[in-house]
Amino acid sequence: MSNIVVDKSKVPWWVSNVIVPLVNLTLALLVSGLFVFIAGENPIEAVKLIIYGSFGYIQGFAYTLYYTTNFIFTGLAFAVAFHCRLFNIGGEGQAYIGGLGVFLVAINLSFLPVPIVWLLAIFGAFLFGAAWAYIPAYLQSKRGSHVVITTIMFNFIASSLMIFLLVDVIRDTNQMAPHTVKLPEEIWLPSFEAFSGILGIKIRYSPLNLTFLLAIASLFFVWFLVWKTKWGYEMRAVGHNTQAAIYAGISPHKNIIIAMCISGGLAGLLGVNEILGVSHKIQAGFPAGYGFTGIAVALMGRNHPIGILPAAFLFGILYQGGSEVTFEMPNITRYMFVAVQGLIILFSGALENLFRPQIESFFVRRLNREVNV
Amino acid sequence: MEFLSDIASLINSTLRISTPLVFAAMAGIFAERSGVIDFSLEGKMLMAAFVAAVGSYYLGNPWLGLLLAIIVCVCLSMLHGFASVTHKGDQVVSCVAINILIIGLTTALAAAWFGQAGLTPTLNEDQRFLEIHLPFADALRDIPVIGTLYSDILSGHYVFVYLAYLSVPLVFWIVFKTSFGLRLRAVGENPSAVDTAGINVFTMRYKALAINGVLIAFAGAHLSTAVNANFFREMSAGRGYLALAAMIFGKWHPKTALIACLLFGFTDALQIRLQGVELPAIGEIPVQLIQALPYILTVVLLAGFVGKAIAPNAIGQPYIKER
Repeated sequence: MSNIVVDKSKVPWWVSNVIVPLVNLTLALLVSGLFVFIAGENPIEAVKLIIYGSFGYIQGFAYTLYYTTNFIFTGLAFAVAFHCRLFNIGGEGQAYIGGLGVFLVAINLSFLPVPIVWLLAIFGAFLFGAAWAYIPAYLQSKRGSHVVITTIMFNFIASSLMIFLLVDVIRDTNQMAPHTVKLPEEIWLPSFEAFSGILGIKIRYSPLNLTFLLAIASLFFVWFLVWKTKWGYEMRAVGHNTQAAIYAGISPHKNIIIAMCISGGLAGLLGVNEILGVSHKIQAGFPAGYGFTGIAVALMGRNHPIGILPAAFLFGILYQGGSEVTFEMPNITRYMFVAVQGLIILFSGALENLFRPQIESFFVRRLNREVNV
Repeated sequence: MEFLSDIASLINSTLRISTPLVFAAMAGIFAERSGVIDFSLEGKMLMAAFVAAVGSYYLGNPWLGLLLAIIVCVCLSMLHGFASVTHKGDQVVSCVAINILIIGLTTALAAAWFGQAGLTPTLNEDQRFLEIHLPFADALRDIPVIGTLYSDILSGHYVFVYLAYLSVPLVFWIVFKTSFGLRLRAVGENPSAVDTAGINVFTMRYKALAINGVLIAFAGAHLSTAVNANFFREMSAGRGYLALAAMIFGKWHPKTALIACLLFGFTDALQIRLQGVELPAIGEIPVQLIQALPYILTVVLLAGFVGKAIAPNAIGQPYIKER
């Protein structure tokens, strides 16, 4: 137990918002290194591989940004709900159902002009993801059913539902594997290869596509919505102190529903990247853990778009560099990086106050001394 | 007669399937009654399954594997306490961190030590728990009713099944009939009053979490060293969450939580039998719907169609001692 008392008003913003998170991240990565060592590999070699895999060549870097796109969506999804004090850990299921929305819109409306199909498909993704978050939101607000359990259950239910649809309803009957037919090529989102020609770079294939810009736009959208609108204020008020919000005439029910639906919708946008941008069909299990990683991204980024962007990029590096590591090191599987996520959530979420008082008081003392001199 | 034996085997599998849920729900009661949210039952159960399987494999004795699992689970509970009791971190975040960490770590280590599939080696008969056949089970089998009840339902379970159902009255006695239990419940309802009475709130919560760790270890060991003979990736399959839902549905009471656990176990036992069965008028139910039944049931129970659940008053709030 630390008994250090720090005057919060004297702590510079960059100490609490940059230094402390970096210290926490470093701790998480140090423990991760220990795990890599226990698994029988050299952690320093692993770091070298991660850096080479994610920055070392242009195609690797494109992959890094492609993963970043997914993490921006799921990170924002968790953050929006978190500002209303809701733990939406159902991003995985919402993304899955969002993918269904993209596909259904795109396959049925592909006769429309291409940009309109894109817009409607994005809308479909958002709507389906939001709808999947609506029921847990309703149950939380009206019945007090804890959203952590219901959203987890909705992940399981989404997975069962999608496998049922993929096997029995929308499967490409010419194939054995449970996936749908491919979308018509003219409505695919242009990928990075198309642009790289203009930039004078030549790469064979990259999953990076126009959705990256949608992700950047979503960062602005969330920032504006949460901090610059009346509704964002109401939502944060409900999250901070529900009783006070009720006295101020703010309806917790309405805000819980809206926060969860926007959160689910943002998670659903992952389907745009995966289906309209990369695989052009629904494959079983395509959200592949991105929904859960969003939790780590949001907590590391302190639930703010400015923090979520670098956090998502860091996880992009870990994912892309991680695949390089799993390729080179037989003892490391991609699950090692799931454990790393857990450590990052632990140190930048639950244990964020571990060294905060010490670090803050250290800087407050140093800075005051400079002023006095 | 065939109908009767069908019923008997359904009850038999209900008892077996409910076992990890019962341990986990009892573990949850200790943590949550003391005011600490425990969504990390899922992760701890998975870790216990992994440690018990690996421990039994190397030490050659399932009891030693169980012991190791208990030690590791108590450590994880202490980690949860360190983050959320001592450092007043967010309890839900701490649980989510533990769950994700364990999903990754168990599979990563299993893959690193035993090969890419992430399975631990199959345990032989000395390294795992075997079914216990109660005395005279075979002799009594032919007696109608009593024979079925004794030989087909009560006999032939793993040791954990008996321990799980014995733990329920024990937990009831500890929580509701001892002074420790009174303090435990008081810490969850009104920690500052308990503090005024000279009882250390932090110590009480750590004690509750330690018991929680011991109980959840049994659930994991049951999965990997009794029902199955090895550990595989994500083998807890949401049971920690189901148990938590059962505990909430049971209003944080051992007896009602037990009933909810049995209901989950029954649904699960039923879903295995319903697969591929043609029902009159409806036809064959899609297998995915049947598999999703326990999860749908969880949501329905949590939605409280049988009454609203009231949690311990101070749950989820870190205790801040005033100066």
